[in-house]
Amino acid sequence: MNAWFIQHRAALASAFIRLWATPLNTLLSLLVIGIALTLPAAGYVLLDNLRDLGRNASGVQQISLFMTLDASKKDVGEIEAKLRAAANGKWKFVPKEEALKRMQKSEGMAEIVASLPRNPLPDAFIVEPANTEPEALEIMRKEISGWPKVAHVQLDSAWVKRFDAFLKLGKLALWMLAGIFAAGLVAVTFNTIRLQVMAQAMEIEVARMIGATDAFIRRPFYYFGALQGALGGLLAALLVAGALSLLAAPVGELAALYGGNFSLRAPGVVEVAVLAALGAFLGWLGAQLSVSLSLRKFD
Amino acid sequence: MIVASNLSKRYPGGFEALKEISFEITAGQMVFITGHSGAGKTTLVKLIASIERPTSGSLVVNGQNLSALRRSAIPYLRRNFGMVFQDQKLLFDRSVLDNVMLPLQIVGLPRREAVRRAQAALDKVGLLLREKAKPIALSGGEQQRLAIARAVVNRPTVLIADEPTGNLDTESATEILEIFSAFHQVGVTVVIATHDQNWIARYHPNVLRLDHGRLL
Repeated sequence: MNAWFIQHRAALASAFIRLWATPLNTLLSLLVIGIALTLPAAGYVLLDNLRDLGRNASGVQQISLFMTLDASKKDVGEIEAKLRAAANGKWKFVPKEEALKRMQKSEGMAEIVASLPRNPLPDAFIVEPANTEPEALEIMRKEISGWPKVAHVQLDSAWVKRFDAFLKLGKLALWMLAGIFAAGLVAVTFNTIRLQVMAQAMEIEVARMIGATDAFIRRPFYYFGALQGALGGLLAALLVAGALSLLAAPVGELAALYGGNFSLRAPGVVEVAVLAALGAFLGWLGAQLSVSLSLRKFD
Repeated sequence: MIVASNLSKRYPGGFEALKEISFEITAGQMVFITGHSGAGKTTLVKLIASIERPTSGSLVVNGQNLSALRRSAIPYLRRNFGMVFQDQKLLFDRSVLDNVMLPLQIVGLPRREAVRRAQAALDKVGLLLREKAKPIALSGGEQQRLAIARAVVNRPTVLIADEPTGNLDTESATEILEIFSAFHQVGVTVVIATHDQNWIARYHPNVLRLDHGRLL
């Protein structure tokens, strides 16, 4: 064990001891940091889930291809070959007979369908492209429109675009929110560390006079800031997970009413780790600023 | 080992604490810095321990010129000294043993080794039985001995003390000086600032006598 390792371990231990020595202060600081991180974290989880919802919602990212009424079986085969060649996602052929049958099943439509002299519906393809970027969907729609015997190509891209714009706006708002709360977290750590430096003025002065380097003096405060931030991050993850578990049942119920089986996705191990790391980094930053400023008076 | 030439220290505000003094302290000497209150004893001690910097002149310690020393090199220089401060600067929120461990933690000694050496240092000053006590529970003389234990625990080549017998009765003061004398006898350079002339006859140290910032 070299001196470097021993000193770092001692600094970490002293950070733990300081957190433990004032439980109420520690608890309050952790709550402040935890709540400050909870809001952007919850926003992130919400957006993440909305994006999932956008992807999963049926009909949103489908392209409906309607053939002309006079299209023959051969024409249908040609389109199928073209779709196969494009090899872009999956597709389903809906023959006009089947479309009519489905329509008959719909409530109130059976009589109307029965009164029709002949089947007014065209053969159709429902294409589900692998690439669901709005731009890619638009390009594909244009391409398909040019194929022979294709009467109409329908893409609900306006909805997709709106949803996408909404997500972008949400993301931006989230970043701003995160920025503000990150600054808050740095400020909280800054103040905590400043008070600690003041409380330990004597110790710092003595240590300096008998040969402590700047790094030795600063290290425990850095560890303290980082540790406090990391614990605050974990607390935030806990709060978000708790909120999600409370929301899970009502969201499931709501989704069931709309005939879906959507469920909220809780933050995973990686996300929790990122949150803790982010907290640690911001805590370290606050400690760094605070120590640099507070230690000036010892020179 | 400690060479001063034309050493001056002027404090902000213009007070000249030391005026162009020159002297040499060789390794293994016992040196008393004497003089009236305000003669510059504490200033000289602080300059030697690189706690303060000279205004002009040069002060060379262990071959290093303190005036030209980089800021980052100062902590390492200070580790060569054992300092006993006028106000002792003990840490009252930690035990006697932890006070003595501080210099060893600063150099990053493994804890077990640090405890062993701190206990040895406490043993030398007769405080081993009080290792778990808080400094506030110690008498004045014991606190001074604790300060000495902290100063010597890192086996410094130079032991520097500023008025170590200042507030002590004769008996306690004698004990303290006997401890310094013992370190001197095992080869440690000992520098003591004191206004008390009575000890000179007893220990026959080299004497630097200061008067209003000048060396007599």
